[in-house]
Amino acid sequence: MLNIHQLHKSYPIGDSSLHVLKGIDLNVEEGEMVAIMGSSGSGKSTLLNIIGMLDEADSGEYILDNLPIKDLTEKKAAVYRNKFLGFIFQSFNLINYKNALENVALPLYYQGIKRKERLEMAMFHLGKVGLANWAKHLPKELSGGQKQRVAIARALAANPKLLLADEPTGALDTKTSHDIMAFIQQLNDEGKTILMVTHEEDIANMCKRIVRLKDGVIMEDVNVEQVRAAQYV
Amino acid sequence: MFDIDLWREIFQSINMNRTRSLLSGFTVAFAILLFTILFGIANGLQNTFAEAFIDDANNSISINSGRTTKANKGLQAGRQIQFKNEDLDYIKEDFGDKVEFITAKIYKNIQASFRGEQNIYDVIAVHPDHQYLEKTQIKEGRYINQNDLNNKTKTVVIGKLVEEDLYLKTRALGKYLNLGGIQFKVIGVFTDDGGDNEERKIYIPISTAQYLYGNNDYIDQISLTYNPQMDYDQALAFSTLLTKKMKNRFSVARSDQRAIRVRNMAEGTKAVSQMTVGLTFIILIIGFGTLIAGIVGVSNIMIFIVKERTKEIGIRKALGASPKSIVSIILLESILITAIAGYIGLLLGVGVLEIVKPYLVDYFIKDPGVSNSLVIGATLTLIIAGAIAGYLPAKKASQIKPIIALRND
Repeated sequence: MLNIHQLHKSYPIGDSSLHVLKGIDLNVEEGEMVAIMGSSGSGKSTLLNIIGMLDEADSGEYILDNLPIKDLTEKKAAVYRNKFLGFIFQSFNLINYKNALENVALPLYYQGIKRKERLEMAMFHLGKVGLANWAKHLPKELSGGQKQRVAIARALAANPKLLLADEPTGALDTKTSHDIMAFIQQLNDEGKTILMVTHEEDIANMCKRIVRLKDGVIMEDVNVEQVRAAQYV
Repeated sequence: MFDIDLWREIFQSINMNRTRSLLSGFTVAFAILLFTILFGIANGLQNTFAEAFIDDANNSISINSGRTTKANKGLQAGRQIQFKNEDLDYIKEDFGDKVEFITAKIYKNIQASFRGEQNIYDVIAVHPDHQYLEKTQIKEGRYINQNDLNNKTKTVVIGKLVEEDLYLKTRALGKYLNLGGIQFKVIGVFTDDGGDNEERKIYIPISTAQYLYGNNDYIDQISLTYNPQMDYDQALAFSTLLTKKMKNRFSVARSDQRAIRVRNMAEGTKAVSQMTVGLTFIILIIGFGTLIAGIVGVSNIMIFIVKERTKEIGIRKALGASPKSIVSIILLESILITAIAGYIGLLLGVGVLEIVKPYLVDYFIKDPGVSNSLVIGATLTLIIAGAIAGYLPAKKASQIKPIIALRND
């Protein structure tokens, strides 16, 4: 599903440059749920950004579902992101003047799907995250957990191959975090491949595999016994 | 290709940010308002000048005579120069095609009466060509013709106001008019754009006047129009040559300014039209300056909008918005705001012009207004202006990197 080979990335800082990723090798199979862990500065966010095509690697190979991702133009990256990837952010990143339904429908708009059809599809996904009754509400009228659910519905709307989550529970309290994690686990159970950046051990343990990064290299890559979040809810 | 979803996005964005949309629209509306008013005033000034010259043909030249002020060729100063019929014929023959219309004039002040009504009027004896020189419009009947000249008929063509004065509510045509004790038949009634003074005149055939008042062939004044195909310089050369020939004919010194006076309307017309062009030009520059200031204002606000929406644009990009779709959203929003605000400004400007119109007549501004072509032109300009104003901000927006926009701070 996802093959990364000898990925390097460095950022220029003044005259010198900061080598953030120093040859990452990572393979993720379909249906996996992987937590990428590491302290700040370990390169975990950079790795996620490269996988999310928000940033480009200096060298190395990145193959997503047999499609080599390289020489991305802005336009090409936009199409790939839209078709293959769903993003879940720590700060939700909903558009504040659009209601929940319109937010969820946005990726479908960029796929060129007709309004009626995409609103129906968006409604279906909102229903899936349990917010069908909140469709007409603006983000500011929703709680943090609800916002993240809308964001998850939005990430799912385009039916992506890969869900990328950047600290999805970072801005939520413990109870809501478990709530969201339970939902993400459920998605994984249904077969979605999920890649998640987190620095919280308990959240990482709710994944099936943990990849630990330190100073731009993978220190550890282990499969773990998944802790079901549902038991805390 | 009309994309309703794109417009929905734009309207939503404008609607959600009413204050800043209003703010940016205001600059443009104000600029267009000023532009329209200035342009309307320029038009009004032009109308005033055009009207000042509409009365008479503006390619006309008049020749008057007076007393000589200088001795010349053995003749004393103080000699009265008197034009005669032969002088008119001389000009006709000598200048041929260069003369379009020509008439002699004799001016009289005569008491006219019909039944109980009477008044003193300017009576002018003319040739048939005079009709075209004065742009006289016949309302009823006909003008003086060659037949009247040949037969020295006692016929008159009277102004509309003479008819109103003397004939009260009845029609003058076909009735007789007593001019200084002689009965003349009214063969025509005329109107004239020159106003009341012109319509209180009475025209009679020149031959009749010469026969009745002195039995001579004297002429007070010669008026003519030169061939309208002549340009300004040719017209000036023509009147210079005419002056020279007439002075020679009457043995008048070249430097004598009084004996023979040739007045060419072209000189005045040209000066005025140049002034009007200059004035319009200045007003247009001011107008365009204001418009540019408005565009810069919109551009500024759009840049601010892009900055404010950086995160949103980042989100859109992460969700798969192509750079093109970002550009079109910002660009169209800018065009829409500019076009709508500009149109409001245009309507306001036209409204203001309509309201102040009656008060401006005193300031030589007549019928200030904007033409349809200007409205269409302004609309196109506004769309282009909006595009210019939106271009830089849109480009900036399309270059926003989602990774930077989405940082968690």
